[in-house]
Amino acid sequence: MNVGKSWSVVFLMVLVFGVGVFVYGAAAGIWLPPLASEAGLGIDHLFMFILWLTGIAFVATEGAMFWFLWKYNATDNPKPAKFTHGSHTLEVIWTILPAATLLFIAIYQMNAWAESKMRVPKEDDPNVVVLEVRARQFEWRVRYPGVHGGKLGQQGELFTVNDIHVPVNRMVLVHLKSEDVLHSFFLPNMRVKQDAVPGMNIPVWFRPIQEGTYDLACSQLCGWGHYKMMGRLTVESEADYQAYLQDLDRKQNATMPPAPPKAAEEKSE
Amino acid sequence: MSIMTAPSHGLASPGQHLSHTAAHHKPGFLGTYVFSRDHKVIGIQFLFSTLLWFFLGGLLALAVRWQVAWPWTQIPVIGHLFHLQGGQISPEFYTMLVTMHATIMIFLVIIPILAGAFGNFLIPLMIGADDMAFPTLNMLSYWFMWPAFICFMSSFFVAGGAAAAGWTSYPPLSDNPAAAPGSGAGQTLWLIGLACVGVSSMMGSINYMTTIIQMRAPGMTMFRLPLTIWAMFITAVLQAFALPVLTAAAFMQLMDRLLGAGFFMPDGSVVNNTGSTAGGGQPLLWQHLFWFYSHPAVYIMILPAMGMVSDIISCFARKPIFGYKPMVYSIAGIAGLGFVVWGHHMFVSGMNPALGMTFMVSTMMIALPSAIKTFNWLGTIWGGKIQFTTPMLFALSFVSMFIIGGLSGIFMAATPVDIFIHDTYFIVAHFHYVLFAGTAMGVFGAIYFWFPKMFGRMMNEFWGKVHFFFTFIFLNGVFYTMHILGANGFPRRYADHYRFATFAHLQPLNAFMTYCALGLVGVQVIFIINFFYSIFLGPKAGRNPWHANGLEWTAPSPPGHGNFDFQPHVYRGPYEYGSPETTEDYYPQIKPPPEGLPPIDDSHGHH
Repeated sequence: MNVGKSWSVVFLMVLVFGVGVFVYGAAAGIWLPPLASEAGLGIDHLFMFILWLTGIAFVATEGAMFWFLWKYNATDNPKPAKFTHGSHTLEVIWTILPAATLLFIAIYQMNAWAESKMRVPKEDDPNVVVLEVRARQFEWRVRYPGVHGGKLGQQGELFTVNDIHVPVNRMVLVHLKSEDVLHSFFLPNMRVKQDAVPGMNIPVWFRPIQEGTYDLACSQLCGWGHYKMMGRLTVESEADYQAYLQDLDRKQNATMPPAPPKAAEEKSE
Repeated sequence: MSIMTAPSHGLASPGQHLSHTAAHHKPGFLGTYVFSRDHKVIGIQFLFSTLLWFFLGGLLALAVRWQVAWPWTQIPVIGHLFHLQGGQISPEFYTMLVTMHATIMIFLVIIPILAGAFGNFLIPLMIGADDMAFPTLNMLSYWFMWPAFICFMSSFFVAGGAAAAGWTSYPPLSDNPAAAPGSGAGQTLWLIGLACVGVSSMMGSINYMTTIIQMRAPGMTMFRLPLTIWAMFITAVLQAFALPVLTAAAFMQLMDRLLGAGFFMPDGSVVNNTGSTAGGGQPLLWQHLFWFYSHPAVYIMILPAMGMVSDIISCFARKPIFGYKPMVYSIAGIAGLGFVVWGHHMFVSGMNPALGMTFMVSTMMIALPSAIKTFNWLGTIWGGKIQFTTPMLFALSFVSMFIIGGLSGIFMAATPVDIFIHDTYFIVAHFHYVLFAGTAMGVFGAIYFWFPKMFGRMMNEFWGKVHFFFTFIFLNGVFYTMHILGANGFPRRYADHYRFATFAHLQPLNAFMTYCALGLVGVQVIFIINFFYSIFLGPKAGRNPWHANGLEWTAPSPPGHGNFDFQPHVYRGPYEYGSPETTEDYYPQIKPPPEGLPPIDDSHGHH
């Protein structure tokens, strides 16, 4: 084996390493965070679909590259095997094939996008849980309509900071606002992300399908404390959710408040 | 003078032309090496400046990597240089590191090393001209970088520190001095520096376009131009049309900050309990203006590398480039589509989701010309006689890595997937594959390839290959694993991720990546030594050490003032390697066809 030829093996390593890292990540569970929302099913499906598709393209192109480098090295080929300026047929094939594939991906994903960003749930639907999240440096302020649900702006609203509770299997509609700079409302397990923009009220929605406690993170650089803008999302049964609201209501809206409202857990930095 | 010369006539009387040039200039030391109007000197000035910034930007990246792997721990040895408490990186300083690493790498390294260094050095040589069309403007384009150098560098030392709002500088964070420590004087300096870079690029792009259109040697038709020149030409067009938007946006943000104009400030935004500033503006407007430039800028940052890589691959495959015209059309296609995809940076910004869908379709389509280019590179090496020289290894790694960067782009073009991976390390992986593993590797290849022309001496091949091998290994160690972080939702620009249960398990992977990053920066020492050693002590190169076809290889190494010591006349394209018309395996563009063969129509109206 000649020295020149062995350089082609470096490019074979790209293929092996490239596939290996993804296989290892998926097998070792260093992977997509556990899924807990309905729309996330579509997003994860699309992620895996594109991963397979690009994986095939990756193996084919990197494999071809390795093979050409291995076979057509200068030591084994004192003269080039071909003298050609190109092939019209090949150009047509490798234009139409990827174009069709890309167009297919474009159309195939439209429904998942519409589901997550365009088909806003109706606010007056009694099954929809409405709440407001206002982001500011460096916390999430949460406002609930009150124990009876419905729209915001009624008497008996409830407030919390960095702590969101929602019932499982019901559509949650968040009115997302910002008080100061840009932030981004990121619920990794719900596959939800939306920038909060001062001056805009942006609807965000998801239907949690798995009970549990999840991270809420900020994913748009919002200042030096960006990394500590940490919130918690608790998805619980309808009964627990109602109990939670009742408890908040007792603390915040009792006619003769004995104790200061729980909203004082707002961590002033 | 030069601008008046049309390609078919102006150089027709070379003796007169060259003597004119020689008689006109007798510059002293300052005029030769400092305030030079010679495109080669300006190109090399750009090269040295950008390589120095490349190294500084790399050190900032190491500091970022240190913090991501081992937050709040003391940096060994150099920690105290950062004049921070206990040698730690503070969260404020971390946001500045992230911002300035990107700013330096994009505006002071990649754009000027491609257009400024290689564009300047190669355009006149490869088209057979004696210099640029506007030599003084060319000199100014370099010296306008200096205010930017000074602004960016000094911003670290002003009150509040350097800009800290990300290289994207989104308002209101960047707009309101109260919003972040770096949003004080640091941000103002950042904007002034950016405007200077913009002016510099603008002067360059006008010059490149004019030179390529007007000053080609006789016989050098547009479709005989090397792909490097095509890429430089289309890049110049992109810059000329997109840059004014960014420059205007930078001035608007300056006015917001200094005069309270409120272009990007909404009503009622209260930051840090300070008084509400003048409102009526829209934060999203900045994002539209910024990306209207900065998305085409992504192509400004890769097209020239694609061109140079094409030249290198064809030369060392000893075979014509596969599908020359499809290559040209796909560069043009990328540039054209590049103007209508900026919204894909804004899928989750609050922009109308229906508009997002149209940007999604155009973004999917821009993957097509990139795919066509990749297939044609593969077609070029297929059936060749591949010589694994150092420039070839770097050029091949460009193709191999660009495949990864291109394919990962499809994930984020898919809007629903982008919801999840937006602003995570998946994006960081993607653009480092395109910009470091792609462009920077292409640039290394170009340095090794054209070094003999620049300095008249060869770089060391053995150490070049060692440099290639370890750079290649370490870059994949750092950047490939970022895809996995991204799949975990690992956010960008966090000073500390591990407080989140979702990300706590990713620390060991990040430690591995930081070790690779240390190795990656460390092995560049091999390159630095090889580079400087070879300038002075490398073996003499001769005119055409690689047996390449291009016009630049017919000039002396290094070429003197005025470039060519004869009048080049072009008979064919630059990729006729292994042509049956000749016994050698290369066929220089200036070599007349053998007797008996009809001269190839150069469509310049000579007959």
